[in-house]
Amino acid sequence: MSTNPVDYADIQGLVRFGYRSLIQASFLLLQIRDRRAAGEWLTTAPISNAVDVGKAPQTALQVAFTRQGLEALGVPDSVVAGFSDEFLSGMWKPENRSRRLGDVGSSAPEAWDWGGPNDVPHVLVMAYAQSGLDGFLESVKGTSWDTAFKVIRSLGTSYLGGFEPFSFSDGISQPMLDWEQRRTTGDQLTYTNISCLGEFLFGYPNEYGHYTDRPLLPSDSTNSSLAEAEDAPGMRDLGRNGTYLVLRTLQQDVRGFWQFVNDAAGGDSRLREQLASAMVGRTRAGEPLAPLSDAPIPGVKAGTPSNQFTYDSDENGMRCPFGAHVRRSNPRNADFPPGTSGLLSKLAHDLGLTHVEYRQDIMSPTRFHRLLRRGREYGPPLSPEQALQPDYPDNEEHGLHFICLNANISRQFEFVQGAWIMSSKFDGMTGETDPLLGNRQPLANGQSTNSFLLPQEGGPARRVAGVPPFITVRGGAYFFLPGIRALKFLASAYSR
Amino acid sequence: MTPQSNVMVLAPVREGRAPELRQFLATMNRSPGVVDPDNGLVPFGQLDTAHFVRFVVLEDVTPNDIVPFGVPPEHYPIYLAFMADFDGERDTFVAKLVQIATNGLRQIFSFCEGFNQNTDLRWWMEAYSVPIATNYVNWVGRTSLQVGEEAALHTALISYVAQNATALSDKPPQQIHQQLREFVRSEQQAGRLPLTPDPATPLGWQIRNIGHFLGVLLVLLLVSPFLLLYLPFFLIILRHHEKHDPQVSFRINLDHADQLARIEDLDVTNQFTVMGSLKPGWFPRTTLVFLLWLVNYTAQHLYTRGRLARISTIHFARWVFMDNKKRLVFASNYDASLEAYMDDFINKVGFGLNLVFGVGVGYPRTRFLIFGGSQDEQPFKYVLRRHQLPTDVWYNAHPGLTALDRHRNTLIREGLEKNSLSDSEARQWLQLI
Repeated sequence: MSTNPVDYADIQGLVRFGYRSLIQASFLLLQIRDRRAAGEWLTTAPISNAVDVGKAPQTALQVAFTRQGLEALGVPDSVVAGFSDEFLSGMWKPENRSRRLGDVGSSAPEAWDWGGPNDVPHVLVMAYAQSGLDGFLESVKGTSWDTAFKVIRSLGTSYLGGFEPFSFSDGISQPMLDWEQRRTTGDQLTYTNISCLGEFLFGYPNEYGHYTDRPLLPSDSTNSSLAEAEDAPGMRDLGRNGTYLVLRTLQQDVRGFWQFVNDAAGGDSRLREQLASAMVGRTRAGEPLAPLSDAPIPGVKAGTPSNQFTYDSDENGMRCPFGAHVRRSNPRNADFPPGTSGLLSKLAHDLGLTHVEYRQDIMSPTRFHRLLRRGREYGPPLSPEQALQPDYPDNEEHGLHFICLNANISRQFEFVQGAWIMSSKFDGMTGETDPLLGNRQPLANGQSTNSFLLPQEGGPARRVAGVPPFITVRGGAYFFLPGIRALKFLASAYSR
Repeated sequence: MTPQSNVMVLAPVREGRAPELRQFLATMNRSPGVVDPDNGLVPFGQLDTAHFVRFVVLEDVTPNDIVPFGVPPEHYPIYLAFMADFDGERDTFVAKLVQIATNGLRQIFSFCEGFNQNTDLRWWMEAYSVPIATNYVNWVGRTSLQVGEEAALHTALISYVAQNATALSDKPPQQIHQQLREFVRSEQQAGRLPLTPDPATPLGWQIRNIGHFLGVLLVLLLVSPFLLLYLPFFLIILRHHEKHDPQVSFRINLDHADQLARIEDLDVTNQFTVMGSLKPGWFPRTTLVFLLWLVNYTAQHLYTRGRLARISTIHFARWVFMDNKKRLVFASNYDASLEAYMDDFINKVGFGLNLVFGVGVGYPRTRFLIFGGSQDEQPFKYVLRRHQLPTDVWYNAHPGLTALDRHRNTLIREGLEKNSLSDSEARQWLQLI
């Protein structure tokens, strides 16, 4: 366990808050024009930290970098090499990354609006405000901005009242971070919603009890502003209080979604609602389909039924289908199958001496694959009823700027996206991918992946066939969201 | 049942010919990582008893990793390995292989030392066959034919159920079971859905298998007093090694990783070939020989029905010693991505991984052989990727089917072939479809 208390003033606020009350937001993708001017701006920019001052702020500003951005700031190769392979390679290299993430066909990086080959931004500036976002943005730009940066793209967002464009309540389930660093990392026999700090911030132990790799610099007078590495004496921790930020622009076909569901339900509004909820795993209001569990779940506050459940009591998927979006993206399992307790039973299970049904114990424990989601919607609202009216005007794009934070992109974001969301073999299933996010590309041997199965009591599952893709990836990149001291260090150390 | 067998031919490649050999092997592929089953050299598609086949050029890309141990790097030859997993006897398989691919094999093996135009192909392959230290088969007795037939059965049942959804919806489970049996029977009579009956288990194999099961137990029983006496010494030496062996850990070379990644995730099943050196000295060597022998025993007699301890994603795997047991090669056929595979390993069989790889150069420090090691997540993932080699040619007879798919399809068939099921059995069975 880490001994140093957390220095909230050194952490960008997005890690702790999410700024849900700042309903205006804009994400600027920048190219560095002038290293020195960029360094100046970054040194003085009013970056918001994670100190809790008791009331919500009026505005917030956050900054993150791609590998190309760090290089443009003059950060030497020897330092950059300390970041993870995924961050160094980027979201679409090597080519199997796109296959795993499902970024193929119409979602292939070659067709992206931003972030594709030859189009990787350097810097991401995220501005949030309760109101008056444009004025806030102008005020933070200051004098050196235009010399420093070229704005490649400005990603606008819209506030849909806490719902995502398909009209489902969004962002309900989030891991609770162990800010007090009390958590021990032995075998977990029940699902917990608490995550070690090291899963979301560099410089602290993760769920394996280890420190995730990040750049460490030999301690000298030039880097004395950086914290010392807890796990490596004599080294300064460039990563401490920073993390990786994954940003993906996902265009949502709202009309296509509701029309498909409506057709599959034969136009019956009650059945339509039921099927849509089954695909998500929650009702539109956010109520889970899986039965609530009686036992308390660590990290789920008492009195929040929307997260008071696991799938242990729904092992046949009768209440919440196996393939439902929320079941795929967070299966809420523990390190061992339900009912394992005590050393002997763990040992017997480890050695494969206990009887398990073919579908049991096939998933990786959830605690190694959590994401802190910080995404924002874009485009105007379009209710299901409007989406079903053929002549309702709908000329603008709808979608989500999906954002998640994690300290290990391959074990967290890429695993969830590849092994759980996009895999047609998730949880022993076959022939289906995530009902919302799946790209429906057939397997190499032609096997289709465009079904959605609703398990039935006393009969074979009901198969909803021919589900079209509802989202298209329009852009994406991996960023490093540094701690604030590291940010100031990066801004000044190499840019002269 | 028909038990599975394997063959592995391992021969040094002639000096300087490896790049050319790689290019030649690549001509069997439609595109990188995708084999043409009807290719002109070895038409794998005609090998109807095969499960997985591969050709891989084994070139050590980490010879200097052993230097911190005070040992000069060895200049091993580059090897060509041919591996196959199949049903039935090895001789039958090799005879068929040679029959359909004499010219192709001759051309491939002519890149190896000791093979020329006068060499007898079968004799040579036998002479260069190597023993497998540990062999794992996901489901002992399930033939390649059966995998295909049961997959077709599943597909047929899915479409029948979809077409008759309304008619079936208000029927009780047992009645649906009968109706599906009836459907399959009529399909079989029409010759559309063959389900070949399981042939009798060869008597010789049964006797050998039981003999092995009992024989090894007996040997273990007899030597257990000596093992017990050796144990304290073993532990002292082990701890000394674990505490004092130099630790080498390297990040992965991104170009090497790109080469590997190019041929991965093209299907739900992936290939994995990894080669590395054992730590120098008699102790790591004898320890690993014993452990692999033990693991092989459990794989042969205990883990024969879909899971290797807690892992349900490995189809076939083998561990093979090379160069007087100074090096080891591990090859497997597994489901999902490498990251998922490694996570599965770490989270579910970390101790087992430490047992079989713990004495490898570069492996993260273990404690008492089973603790630590792979739990050091990132160094473990680095060392695996660092020692991994691109598999030049890889044939999977049944792409698109995970080990779990095959397991489920077998359960579907077993349930179908039962004359009647109880109400709860029928419910469970129907949920498999």
